[in-house]
Amino acid sequence: MAIFLDKDSKVIVQGMTGATGMKHTKLMLADGTNIVGGVNPRKAGTSVDIDGTEIPVFGTVAEAIEKTGANVSVLFVPPAFAKAAVVEAIDAEIPLAVVITEGIAVHDSAAFWAYAQSKGNKTRIIGPNCPGLITPGQSNAGIIPGDITKPGRIGLVSKSGTLTYQMMYELRDIGFSSAVGIGGDPVIGTTHIDALAAFEADPDTDLIVMIGEIGGDAEERAADFIAKNVTKPVVGYVAGFTAPEGKTMGHAGAIVSGSSGTAAAKKEALEAAGVKVGKTPTETAKLARELLAG
Amino acid sequence: MDLFEYQARDLFAKHGVPVLAGEVIDTPEAARAATERLGGKSVIKAQVKVGGRGKAGGVKLAATPDEAVARATDILGMDIKGHTVHKVMIAETAPEIVEEYYVSYLLDRTNRTFLAMASVQGGVEIEVVAEENPEALAKVPVDANEGVSIEKAREIVAQAKFPAEVAEQVAEILVTLWDTFIKEDALLVEVNPLAKVASGKVIALDGKVSLDENAEFRQPDHEALEDKDSANPLEAAAKAKNLNYVKLDGEVGIIGNGAGLVMSTLDVVAYAGENHGGVKPANFLDIGGGASAAVMANGLEIILGDPDVKSVFVNVFGGITACDEVANGIVQALQLLADKGEEVSKPLVVRLDGNNAELGRKILSDANHPLVQRVDTMDGAADKAAELAAAK
Repeated sequence: MAIFLDKDSKVIVQGMTGATGMKHTKLMLADGTNIVGGVNPRKAGTSVDIDGTEIPVFGTVAEAIEKTGANVSVLFVPPAFAKAAVVEAIDAEIPLAVVITEGIAVHDSAAFWAYAQSKGNKTRIIGPNCPGLITPGQSNAGIIPGDITKPGRIGLVSKSGTLTYQMMYELRDIGFSSAVGIGGDPVIGTTHIDALAAFEADPDTDLIVMIGEIGGDAEERAADFIAKNVTKPVVGYVAGFTAPEGKTMGHAGAIVSGSSGTAAAKKEALEAAGVKVGKTPTETAKLARELLAG
Repeated sequence: MDLFEYQARDLFAKHGVPVLAGEVIDTPEAARAATERLGGKSVIKAQVKVGGRGKAGGVKLAATPDEAVARATDILGMDIKGHTVHKVMIAETAPEIVEEYYVSYLLDRTNRTFLAMASVQGGVEIEVVAEENPEALAKVPVDANEGVSIEKAREIVAQAKFPAEVAEQVAEILVTLWDTFIKEDALLVEVNPLAKVASGKVIALDGKVSLDENAEFRQPDHEALEDKDSANPLEAAAKAKNLNYVKLDGEVGIIGNGAGLVMSTLDVVAYAGENHGGVKPANFLDIGGGASAAVMANGLEIILGDPDVKSVFVNVFGGITACDEVANGIVQALQLLADKGEEVSKPLVVRLDGNNAELGRKILSDANHPLVQRVDTMDGAADKAAELAAAK
């Protein structure tokens, strides 16, 4: 078991034939991901040879699903075309769309999110501006390095890519059931709460590590959810205590506005919900180890 | 990107929101002609991106063109809550105001939708209304794909209980304001006050607009709205090199890869600084996934050019990027800077972890640069960088 992605996942890549798409398709294949196709209307009917594997290119997501039974799409589509690509994935009712693209205008993210809602939420969206998700040893949908760690019993959900890698590395000897990078944009599909609920229900996850950062109130709401619904131990980390008010810190959503969205408020909310919060990534990993050791 | 009032006014006018005439100037003498164009009297309004300018003396009436020059002289260069006034708007004097309202559209992150807010209690800070009299502030979700039609605008007007005699005018303004919000890729458009004047007409007297920088690919006009006068010179130089940099007020220069890891690095350095005379991070700088020698050199150049920086902490986790490439990047970057004749005299603490970390560390050790120290854990390296900064 794992969350959202496993060895049976059949993955297509929207934007596979671009430089970034090719690079990461190759890496995903190397991690054992079952990549069944790419989507590019201008190259439909052709195929791409990646390290000896022939990957067919389809004109549309719907066609790719029909021909291959794909149930996951990973998107490496540039910002200007990302909204249309996500809408296409929603229309084709693919169960999971992982939007890696960074720099999507928030009006576009808000529009495709609203569109997914209006279509009955048949497509789970992860991202945008995220590293995707990995179920070590089974499948990798995105850009998380597959060789940091091994399968194990920790579930990880994070707004940040590199902090995901750092935490997987700190706890590499224990291993992870799944690690989900939900992205640092102001509007994202899958939230901390969605991942927490899935890890709570996953029999192969014993402990959850949750990484947040400044901006918005997702961590506060996650804390509330944990207090009410999560029985498994949760360890937290929040980045951005030293971020000044009103400055965007790299991620479009990482901004303290007035007195809202501060790291201190998020840490406080998580601790009030019984979550142990580390001061540094290393200390957070240590807390996870202690809890797992009982 | 937050805009000045005059820029917000221009965007409102462009999309049909009723505003008063006005123009922006940056020398006192220009106030004369501008005021003459407005019929001989004007309001001089300081252009600063901070609230409370009226109380600070940043808004003055001028009854004659001479007086306008005098008031502009007073206001230009004034400091309002740490913001220097570089520009003033010379605006048409408002007719007698009868009532003041509030309207805005913004991104509601929590609910992942847009939100219309409206109140008949305008002219004061809306946070105060929301706090003290929440039922006076209508909040109406707006579907991103449906937008604000005149029917939707009437619904907002009804929820905010606007008086019947202005209801239709306000609804029409809400439609044009929505146009501004959508067509300009704004994160916030706010009119406060939206004023009813003696003639019964409703006009936007002051406003705030914040734009989405991620939309610049389809908003070619937005770049010109950037406030280059007030930009920190280091931030401007970093931006010109396409670096994601924010100047802070500490002493430890920071370079890292990935926004989350860099934010975390700042925090870890600040904690370490508590044991070293209270030194703090000097900046945020995310060089992204690639971390090539050229990007590393650009980053180092910015950070070493900051006179506040006493030591530098390079914190890289090799994900897809291998640490040996990063290590080579650092070595080459230092060489590049030396070749350009730039004096590199500040100590660098480098922590490399992840993909090919051993190889990367070996490259740094072999290069044996006198200013570069390797510390292999993030917390340990932060402590070393803080210690070096405190010792300087």
